[in-house]
Amino acid sequence: MAMLRPVSRLNSVVSKAARLSSASLQQRREKGDLILTFASPGDVYYVQQSVKQVDVPTLAGSVGILPDHVPWIGCLKPGLLSVFEESGTKVQYFVSSGTATVNPDSSLQILAEEAVPVDRLDTSAVTSGLAKAQQMVTSAPTDKEKAEAQIEVECYEALQKALLDKH
Amino acid sequence: MLKQAVQVCSPVWVPNRNMATLKDISIRLKSVSNIQKITKSMKMVSAAKYARAERDLKPARPYGKAAQAFYDAAEVETSDKGSHLIVAVTSDRGLCGAVHSSIVRAIRATLNETPAGEETKLILIGDKARGMLHRQHGSKILMTFSDVGKKPPTFNDASEVANQIMNCGFDFERGSVYYNVYKSVVSYQTTTLPIHSMSAVTKAKNMGMYDSVDDELLRSYSEFQFASLIYYAMKEAATSEQSSRMTAMDGASKNAGEMIDKLTLTYNRTRQAVITRELIEIISGAAAV
Repeated sequence: MAMLRPVSRLNSVVSKAARLSSASLQQRREKGDLILTFASPGDVYYVQQSVKQVDVPTLAGSVGILPDHVPWIGCLKPGLLSVFEESGTKVQYFVSSGTATVNPDSSLQILAEEAVPVDRLDTSAVTSGLAKAQQMVTSAPTDKEKAEAQIEVECYEALQKALLDKH
Repeated sequence: MLKQAVQVCSPVWVPNRNMATLKDISIRLKSVSNIQKITKSMKMVSAAKYARAERDLKPARPYGKAAQAFYDAAEVETSDKGSHLIVAVTSDRGLCGAVHSSIVRAIRATLNETPAGEETKLILIGDKARGMLHRQHGSKILMTFSDVGKKPPTFNDASEVANQIMNCGFDFERGSVYYNVYKSVVSYQTTTLPIHSMSAVTKAKNMGMYDSVDDELLRSYSEFQFASLIYYAMKEAATSEQSSRMTAMDGASKNAGEMIDKLTLTYNRTRQAVITRELIEIISGAAAV
């Protein structure tokens, strides 16, 4: 009998602990996860996957999105997009353009026109592409072509910057 | 009067089907087997194209779903009256079952239900929709896009289409994209996807919840979203078309095969009959001498 009592007390402690942990789980769920969908027309990287944080390059500057971000819409500009996964690993992608949406249910949709993992980029191809685009800017006959080449140069510069920034 | 007209229409000479000569049958047999060769190779080609289209559709689906998520979350209202913009997603190529005609049928039904006062405009992607609709509803066609369907649709094609639609100058209160959703190799479903004008998006119920939205941002945002939606619809339509063409060509090859079997039988029978007749002629000739 005397031996049984401590065991039963232990039992109640365990159940209390279990209740506590379920309560904290509840709280976490209420706080909400960040549900990420990230895709380009050719590739899908995340579908309804919960992540810790996403850094998005937008026309209004770089935006870090955490769970329970206010509903928000934005347009992407060429740059580095970082995803911090639940496991803590950081994955970086280069995106060219597109849209990002945070909805009231704490889901984040990122649609990119083109998106590639940064480690798939080729440094020499970027450098030669940049040189070619810069040449296009000076040699373009019409204003429209000049503007198009200018956009190309900006994109290549962003690519180069992304290659320098990646780690 | 009526009798006369009937007489004019009726054929002057009807070939006697029972008296087909050996030559007639062999010509027909040859043409049917040529047709079978063609349908068989078309089936092979569309099977290869279908495999690719289905592979491409896999990433396009979550993409399209994500593009629709914002409009659902913002609760953009879709009115069921007012000026209507209809986008039909078909292609230039036929011989693919009822893929294109089911789209056109759905659009015709919508047009017939529309009250007289409301303006409706059509934007047709692919020559097939234009061919079927321009006689009856030619005045409603705003623009058409051809050269669709030879190659798989790309995002560039979709953004070109989206851009043209955005700049068409037609002020619509509601819009729908008619396209086929691919379900399996043997089935697809004709569905509509709502499109929203800028003014509808700004007036949406939950729009106030979104942070720091200005007109310029919303404009470029909805342009890209719209292009994404068109891209998704084009991908679904392309996959349904290829799968349906594959099934149609498979059926055609099978029918041609059946026809060839029957014709071969008739050919052999006729040949046998000719030989017998010749023998009888010889024998009775010999007996008469």
